[in-house]
Amino acid sequence: MVRSIFCQARPLLTSSQGSRIEILNQGGFRSDGRRQFELRDMSIDLAQQGQADGSAVVTHGLTHVLVSVFGPREAKVRSQAFHDRANINVEVAVAAFSTGDRRKRARGDKRILELAATIKSTFEPVVQTNLYPRSQIDVFVQVLQQDGGLLQACINATTLALVNAGIPLLDFVCAVTGGVHSTSPLLDLTLLEENDIPHVTVAVMPKTGRVTLVTMETRLHVDRFEEIFRLAADAGKVLHGEMKSAVRSRTSALVTAMGSGPRVGGGEIADKDGDDRMNEC
Amino acid sequence: MRPPSPSIPEKEFLYTSLKESLRLDGRLSMEIRSPTLTFGDDLGWVECSLGKTRVLAQVEGKMVKPPPERPYEGIITIHSEISPMASNEYEPGRPSDEEVTITRMLDKVLKRSDAVDKESLCILAGQRVWHIRLTLHFLADAGNMLDCACLAGIVALKHFRRPDVEVVGDEVTVHEPTERAPIPLAIHHTPFCFTFAFFPDPTIPPVIDPSQLEQRLSAGMISIALNAQRELCVLQKLGGVPLDPDEVLKIVIIAVQKAKELNGVVEARLKEDWEGRHVEVR
Repeated sequence: MVRSIFCQARPLLTSSQGSRIEILNQGGFRSDGRRQFELRDMSIDLAQQGQADGSAVVTHGLTHVLVSVFGPREAKVRSQAFHDRANINVEVAVAAFSTGDRRKRARGDKRILELAATIKSTFEPVVQTNLYPRSQIDVFVQVLQQDGGLLQACINATTLALVNAGIPLLDFVCAVTGGVHSTSPLLDLTLLEENDIPHVTVAVMPKTGRVTLVTMETRLHVDRFEEIFRLAADAGKVLHGEMKSAVRSRTSALVTAMGSGPRVGGGEIADKDGDDRMNEC
Repeated sequence: MRPPSPSIPEKEFLYTSLKESLRLDGRLSMEIRSPTLTFGDDLGWVECSLGKTRVLAQVEGKMVKPPPERPYEGIITIHSEISPMASNEYEPGRPSDEEVTITRMLDKVLKRSDAVDKESLCILAGQRVWHIRLTLHFLADAGNMLDCACLAGIVALKHFRRPDVEVVGDEVTVHEPTERAPIPLAIHHTPFCFTFAFFPDPTIPPVIDPSQLEQRLSAGMISIALNAQRELCVLQKLGGVPLDPDEVLKIVIIAVQKAKELNGVVEARLKEDWEGRHVEVR
């Protein structure tokens, strides 16, 4: 792990001097000790952040992203409001300390604008916007730490934040990156691997298995592409399991804390409300 | 200024005709508009038109000092601001969502895919390199400006010739085009971009190279940039209608076929133009 951070600090020298780190060694291990198809540790924190209606902090290995969702609320900019559906507004802010070397990004940076436009167009067909005409749903993405898989983390965090805010979605959107190292496919790439091998980011809707987002920016042969594309689509479904259990545990924790409503699989005691219990004593 | 949405009769007419695989301009669903390439007097000046969509590309080169972190490579910059000349939807100054997509896509297809060899643009390491500047002017928007711009850009880069440079020790001599024949840029591969549009009704098949109306009424677009050697350079499906992985792969195969055809057309056209120019060889 420590080695990969040092390499991040000087990525340019690594590329011109040849890679000192093996992407996949003889024993089938990658530079951070994972196997070929092993995904990074994913942690999900759905605790409330500030005044947001819904928020999520998602980490994929060393990539940390925080997403806050406000809405649906009255459209602040009237000209952008649609008469029959809600307008989704996405703003992305990348912290200057998120990469190995501190770099302050301008607000109009094309890469960041593209990331925001990508997230917006990914969620537009998924969020049931027709239920909230003339409203606005604001999604604020804050990138805290980058170690590869940025779009993947942003999309997963946005899904969870939208679910946390109670905004109706057609399905979860789960994203994962995949790459090909000579002929071996790899999943969930770190920054080191992303700089070196051709990679693709795929977002799927797990219930139907359909793909909502595919982006690939590096050259890859068509035959290799088919393999990694199918693999990444399947990996998205695995992430779905993680996300669903996180949402379930958060909801049951909230329900227990509020002390109301029947507990999942609860018995007779749970069905009685406060008044009944008082009258018993 | 947001464009007025297409009217309900236009929408219904388009969807009903597409259901029967009839496009409004008479093309087949997998037929692109035939590209017309017009070369100017200067080398590196190309106007590309796909039907009524027109994009002008111009390449110029000058010698500059390279940045200290990359002393052995040349610099390639792409300038592509969409002015209201293309269509009154575009405002000067403020890039719309579509403009950001087009600019980033051009950057990925022409720069990030390493189409042009940057190390061959180095004249004197650390002191002098070529700065190749590609400027794109969007003249008219009749749908699918992205494909037109990518085609114009790559053809202009292939058409451009830079002056011959002689380096003796630390001295750099630039030869005039009349003295020594200018040399072409070292191009690794020729990427072509194809855009497919999908519609909300799943029974309507996807169409390639959408026109203005088809683009506005589409529920999602997928852009594929690839070269004739079956290598995918960029694949972009940003949201829109969710698709089965099989459908995506079917589209990729169609794009591979189209890339081969387009490559043949472009090579033939470049050769034709080059023969028409009077090149004096001493």
